[in-house]
Amino acid sequence: MKAIVCAFLLVLLPVFAHAQDQGIKLESANVDLSNTASLQRGAKFFVNYCMGCHSAQYVRYNRVGRDLGLNDAQLQSYLIFTGSKVTDTMVSAMPPADAQKWFSVAPPDLSLESRSRGADWIYTYLKSFYLDPKSGTGVNNVVFPKVSMPDVLWELQGTQKALFSTIKNPDGSTYQVFDHLELVTSGKLTPEQFDRADRDITSFLVYIGDPVMLKSRDLGLRVIGFLIIFFVFAYLLKREIWKKIH
Amino acid sequence: MSAEKGKRDYLDVTGGWLHRLRDWIDARFPMTKFWNEQVAQYYAPKNFNFWYFFGSIALLILVNQIVTGIFLAMNYKPAAASAFASVEYIMRDVNWGWLIRYMHSVGASMFFVVVYLHMFRGVMYGSYKKPRELLWIFGMLIYLALMAEAFMGYLLPWGQMSYWGANVIISLFGAIPGIGSGLEQWVRGDFYISDITLNRFFALHVVAVPLVLLGLVVFHLIALHEVGSNNPDGVEIKKHKGADGIPLDGIPFHPYYTIKDICGVIIFIAIFSAIIFFSPGLHGLFLEPANFEPANALKTPADIHPLWYFGPYYAILRSIPNKGLGALALLLSIVILFVLPWIDRNPVKSIRYRGLLYRGLLFVFVLTFIVLGYIGMQPATPFWAEIGQRLSEMYFLFFAVSWVYSKPRSRAYLVITFICVMAVISLFDWVSWVPSAAVLKMYSWLIPLVYCSIFLLLPAFAGKFIEPKPVPERVTMK
Repeated sequence: MKAIVCAFLLVLLPVFAHAQDQGIKLESANVDLSNTASLQRGAKFFVNYCMGCHSAQYVRYNRVGRDLGLNDAQLQSYLIFTGSKVTDTMVSAMPPADAQKWFSVAPPDLSLESRSRGADWIYTYLKSFYLDPKSGTGVNNVVFPKVSMPDVLWELQGTQKALFSTIKNPDGSTYQVFDHLELVTSGKLTPEQFDRADRDITSFLVYIGDPVMLKSRDLGLRVIGFLIIFFVFAYLLKREIWKKIH
Repeated sequence: MSAEKGKRDYLDVTGGWLHRLRDWIDARFPMTKFWNEQVAQYYAPKNFNFWYFFGSIALLILVNQIVTGIFLAMNYKPAAASAFASVEYIMRDVNWGWLIRYMHSVGASMFFVVVYLHMFRGVMYGSYKKPRELLWIFGMLIYLALMAEAFMGYLLPWGQMSYWGANVIISLFGAIPGIGSGLEQWVRGDFYISDITLNRFFALHVVAVPLVLLGLVVFHLIALHEVGSNNPDGVEIKKHKGADGIPLDGIPFHPYYTIKDICGVIIFIAIFSAIIFFSPGLHGLFLEPANFEPANALKTPADIHPLWYFGPYYAILRSIPNKGLGALALLLSIVILFVLPWIDRNPVKSIRYRGLLYRGLLFVFVLTFIVLGYIGMQPATPFWAEIGQRLSEMYFLFFAVSWVYSKPRSRAYLVITFICVMAVISLFDWVSWVPSAAVLKMYSWLIPLVYCSIFLLLPAFAGKFIEPKPVPERVTMK
């Protein structure tokens, strides 16, 4: 029986592998939610670089403060630039109607971006802008082609160009396939530092996607620990009661 | 008092007033009588195994869904403009709201996990056979009500998949000739899924369907306690009673199965907790990523598919490239489960004593169901559509072969059945023949051919493979 199940799973392996190989390969974000310093840096990057246009309308400043170890005064001086109170949610100062006019599409709310797109997507997306003179913003993105968003992190990362390789069809015609990105001008940060900043932003977005994940793992371990102890006693009682049944 | 009965009575420790309270109630309401009839003197077979945990676990989840549902309804707003935001409000601002919501959303999926295991147990040990046909039908009605409940509940978070999933399923009503489009509009209450639809689905989800569900569960239990539980050996314990009229192989449900079920329940809650606390979305299986985007009537997602528990039926729906016939196949795939007691009439109940080929048949059926579920969640590529069609054929063939295995059949009967089945399948292929997909079609034709060769042709020439083993007179303790 076990052999049959194993054989069946082996047969299915190529099936699952097949389902994975579409689109650009995403880089792993390696988010570590227990790294509070990274989350704090991410919050700072978020309010400085993202919140000009994007909101996180379900996230309250003082919840972020409580979870990341920042008091109200710190929140006011480091994270709040919109005149909001600490009890307010993180809403961008840009009026949505203007945003719609300027970018042709209103910048989406980012509270749940990590849950709908995933951490790896965000991480790769943020570092995959490249110069494209055909685009209105002057840049394009490998992960999200023809995106309306400008490359807001360019002064940190520098600018990149995309290199394509040419593939020949059997009939002689050719098409271009993205190969890799190359730095054209360098930014304020080295590539390693930029990757860290990118990871910080991604971590912050993962955190605001489901803030309770910071604590629920600890709680879960305690709940399961209790259940294991409870099970031992319940099982001993069961054995005692069932002794006479054969 | 305890000395008279010869054993300690726990009601005595309080000086007897609990005894007096019990007697006072019993004189006015059949409390002790009910407890004894339904629990303490309900005799269940002593050989229940692992598979018998899932009935009481299903009841536990029902309670979980109702209790967490009540608390969710205190904070949820059933309006298109505020539904999505109110769920996030519950997740972030309501004290312990995240836990209540995850218990409810994970509970929904786990309800189906448990119900599928419970149904599989019933099929495995022939629990739907005489005299338990009505018990099975009440169970199937519960399953149907559960599907309606889950479908309506899934619209409430008002995410992209809520919206577009409901769109696809409601549009199935449009496949009914004549009244279809009118009916579709009547269900939605609007020309498209809107605030009105959300509001009525909320009413149905929190009041109407739960009432039906609770009533059906009571009927299911009444029927069970009338006929008594089946067991892994599929033999009737009521055939062998002692001088006191109690089945020799029966033990009172309380304390034996109450304590055993508590052990099972603890393990189940541990698994349930692990999902809730460590991975409540279970990698998109229990909470779909697309549903974290608010519903947008102007933006169709690239791929629309239901949650995993509807996957097999969705695959069957898509297996026929014609909406009306697809919907009919979907309906038939559920209806056929209702009449299972009259399809499989083999006198041997338990899989333990059925022939080798029937065991294989059931195993393949389970695999078919799982793979169909997987296909139901994949984008509809030509390859998966073709495999989905073949597996849908195998889904229905399970019932056909079960019918054939109901009694000993002659070689001619089996060979002719084999030819007829393959002829019907080939005819269907011929009617839906597309030259561009010919190679795939021809290769995939081997799937039903191999299936029918093993389960219909093989027993014609090697009868010992469907011969049942001798069924013991009394239950066995394995």
